[in-house]
Amino acid sequence: MKELTIISGKGGTGKTTITAAFATLAENVVLADCDVDAADLHLILEPKELSSSDFIGGRAPVLDPEKCIGCNTCAELCRFDAIATADSDNQTITINEFACDCCGLCALACPEDAITMQECVNGRWFIAETRAGKMVHAKLGIGEDNSGKLVTLVRRQARFIAELEKQELLINDGPPGIGCPVTAAITGVDLVLIVTEPTLSGIHDMERVHGLCQHFEIPALVCVNRFDLNLVNTGKIRDYCTEHDLPLIGEIPLDPIVNRAQVARKSVVEYDCGLISRVVREMWEKVGNELWK
Amino acid sequence: MIVTVASGKGGTGKTTVATNLALVSPEAQYIDCDVEEPNGHLFLKPEIERELEVDLPIPRIDTEKCTACGDCAKACEFNALALVGKKVMAFPDLCHGCGACVFICPEKAISESSKIIGRIETGKAPALGGSELEFAHGVSKIGNPLTPPIIKRVKKLARDGRFVIMDSPPGTSCPMVQTLLGSDYCLFVTEPTPFGLNDLELAVGVARQLEIPCGIVINRADSGDERIHRYCERERIPVLLEIPFDRDLAFAYSKGEAAVMMNSEMAVKFKELYQRIFEEVGR
Repeated sequence: MKELTIISGKGGTGKTTITAAFATLAENVVLADCDVDAADLHLILEPKELSSSDFIGGRAPVLDPEKCIGCNTCAELCRFDAIATADSDNQTITINEFACDCCGLCALACPEDAITMQECVNGRWFIAETRAGKMVHAKLGIGEDNSGKLVTLVRRQARFIAELEKQELLINDGPPGIGCPVTAAITGVDLVLIVTEPTLSGIHDMERVHGLCQHFEIPALVCVNRFDLNLVNTGKIRDYCTEHDLPLIGEIPLDPIVNRAQVARKSVVEYDCGLISRVVREMWEKVGNELWK
Repeated sequence: MIVTVASGKGGTGKTTVATNLALVSPEAQYIDCDVEEPNGHLFLKPEIERELEVDLPIPRIDTEKCTACGDCAKACEFNALALVGKKVMAFPDLCHGCGACVFICPEKAISESSKIIGRIETGKAPALGGSELEFAHGVSKIGNPLTPPIIKRVKKLARDGRFVIMDSPPGTSCPMVQTLLGSDYCLFVTEPTPFGLNDLELAVGVARQLEIPCGIVINRADSGDERIHRYCERERIPVLLEIPFDRDLAFAYSKGEAAVMMNSEMAVKFKELYQRIFEEVGR
């Protein structure tokens, strides 16, 4: 079983559009939506839920106001400015859950044992059936932490299903950026596809996310979306790829068909059989050649 | 006044809106909090005057004093310390720098050293009409998974009396929440597609939990369907600006050119946006 992750660095370059297209082209595939705090793949693949479970990401401090004597020991120690001190107006401290990093120092330090660390539900994750294959996806609770952990969980479950059902490929739709959830989405995969666009931001972010792939020694491919928006910049991407020995597997033109397909809840290859569809199919073949070479 | 420009979905035009708004607003200070992929500098072209490193305190174990009791490993919520045989091992990549291990160690065997996780750069950039704006951004080091400490540090540069514009990372999890905390207003940039709407709804949920008033900019306003307008009406969220798709503007963006600097119509629109934000915050 092979595992492919689609990332971009910069958001909105077309990761999910390409993931959905590959998903509908692939046979024997399992899908994982690793963009857990802004998941979109389900909007195209319209999954039918098979099971859903809580995601317990970690523990969070809970204050017993009866026990708190307002000594402010915890507030002085907290490095995340997450505890409002007790004063003449407030008899107890207050924990700001949004600023809190859930490190547990307050609970360790409280002389009255007024703070305990309790497991908390940070989101939900789902196993679903789609027209392209089984899919694992998740929904991080609003403003919750631990997105990296949830990505790891989603990937592990998807791998488990793929192995159990003897599928050939797992495709992970990755998150933007180069931080914790991206790291969780790419470590240990066979191949990464970086989707970029010919804008200075797109190039800048591609270089950083490629740096991340090099850091973890993961082989990568590149494709350029909306390549005809700026041919000079597309040329720069080609040069970067040549210099860094990165295979450039496709250049997709700017075309309103992509948005129309999304509005119709179809992948581009399902919606259209013109140029875009042809380019994406050729890309898919090249990805396959790279994975099973 | 602090205004955060956020979106949920990536690539809807946060940086476009944040930088153009900064360029037309008097006394503006632009702070790029998208430290994983900061892009504002590509459009504002600031002259960097100061650079400082952002570090994270990580545990250093004095093996002479350590009795391998394992209290630190038990205390660490991030599994950044582990008792392996008769030795405590530290995993700096998992460390959040909270200091719980230092606090708990009965032998005082843990002190802290620092690890560089990114940097902050500040400077000035030319704004519309020959004035200047203040610029700052955080840049996470490649391979560093923990970005909120960098966001927190760069946010501290916000100055009183300035019109502060924070450019948020995409998504709705901790980096976005960290950026939004303490803002007076949140401006969401979206596009009228199913992805744009889905992620906008999630992001609005965050602003509502934090009780921060919000307004919406619809980018590429003519490129999808009508659902976003219906959503805004239903939720009573004001649409402060709509920007139609324009290939010339997209081309200018691709070259790192700010719309308000090359197109007077856009400059007028963004000045109106500035006015609208002031009215909304004053409500």
